[in-house]
Amino acid sequence: MAARIVIVDYDMGNLQSVRNAFKAVGYQAEISPDPASVLHADGIVLPGMGAFGNGMRKLAERDLIDPILEFATGGRPVLGICLGMQLLFEYGEEYGGGPGLGLLTGRATRLPDTVKLPQIGWNLVEPVAAAHPIFEGLDQPYYAYFDHSYAAADVAPADVAAVTDYGRVFPSVVARRNIIGIQFHPEKSSRVGLQMLTNFGRIVCHSRSTLR
Amino acid sequence: MPLARRIIPCLDIKNGRVVKNVNFHHGTWDAGDPVELAAMYDRQGGDEVVFLDINASWEQRSATLDILTRAAEQVFIPLTIGGGVTAVEHVRSYLRAGADKVSINTGAVKDPDLINQSAEIFGSSTIVIAIDMKRRPTGGWEVYLQGGRTPTGIDGLKWAEEAWRRGAGELLVTSMDADGTRNGYDMELHQALANLVDIPVIASGGAGTLDHIAEVLTTGKADAALVASIFHSGQYTVDDAKQYLAAKGVPVRR
Repeated sequence: MAARIVIVDYDMGNLQSVRNAFKAVGYQAEISPDPASVLHADGIVLPGMGAFGNGMRKLAERDLIDPILEFATGGRPVLGICLGMQLLFEYGEEYGGGPGLGLLTGRATRLPDTVKLPQIGWNLVEPVAAAHPIFEGLDQPYYAYFDHSYAAADVAPADVAAVTDYGRVFPSVVARRNIIGIQFHPEKSSRVGLQMLTNFGRIVCHSRSTLR
Repeated sequence: MPLARRIIPCLDIKNGRVVKNVNFHHGTWDAGDPVELAAMYDRQGGDEVVFLDINASWEQRSATLDILTRAAEQVFIPLTIGGGVTAVEHVRSYLRAGADKVSINTGAVKDPDLINQSAEIFGSSTIVIAIDMKRRPTGGWEVYLQGGRTPTGIDGLKWAEEAWRRGAGELLVTSMDADGTRNGYDMELHQALANLVDIPVIASGGAGTLDHIAEVLTTGKADAALVASIFHSGQYTVDDAKQYLAAKGVPVRR
């Protein structure tokens, strides 16, 4: 049986484009709002656009927080994209602030007002932990497509896998063992984005064969 | 670090095929299947693709929704769709079909609150306000509607500023004087826009050479250049344009 990748549907943004991109690189990902699907997956993807507080509220409404935490602490791969990456942290300051999933040290803060917000467009991603399997085939700095106003801050230095400069230098990819976060949109970043999703698919397959 | 300047191929679509109107109303030629062309532009290094549906009414757009769905399966750069959007529900159906951004033109002039409502519901970064402008003999520019057929008496720069303040995430501004001429973008217009609004401006109309594109992205201060005929005709590829821009020191994604 092929590895089961579940895209967590918590009603925050376009999930179909993430599924399309996985399909283009050979992985049939399933979109599901169901806590049981999350628990039985081999790898989960937490996508999402929108406000941090709304994101956590929707996860709570669908009883998804505990299953995601249980899944992640079991060592299976988690990929957070955009808002989904920000939710991996302890805290998000958007609209008064609130707690996140707390899977990674750090918080999501607003980018400085010295630059146009949201950041919409292609910016440089510079891997600082190029040995991580999420960067296989991508050791040079590359452009990726961003669309966000908040970004990670106070991240444990060992977890910063790539950085990007927009108003401030922020972690654009974070990785701590099985937990991976990508601030930009790999599903909209053409060839390099598809390469990262391919790499995540491989990480899930590898984890599945070692955890079993 | 400045964002990469974007090269955005634009596909005018009608009845499921790509067409490019020259000077808006004079002869047209058929340039192919929109999804195939969009995928080709993704491979060539296009930074986004804009589809403009030039069918006359919303009811004729089911073919377009289908094109979007197919494009979203095969094209992995942002997709913008415009044409006939006069209600929040139109924005929603385009986004549901697979668009990342929706461009609103006439609908926003007739009901400016549509900008605020759409930006609040879907986020500013999904809402592009498209404006067609023509130079006034007395100076400045005037907004035209219905693909350039109907003058409005509205000042172009004033409308651009209002669209920004109402929540537009980007402006897509076409100079109707330059469009289809291949004589270069209206540099004065794009400079004036860049000095006026604090959101990205996509310059449209007039690209005939790679130097025209370089010019509007540097002196013209535009964030992105919309390009149609010189790509569709095969005269240049997106990669040709990117190479040319990189050699001139313009930050582009390669």
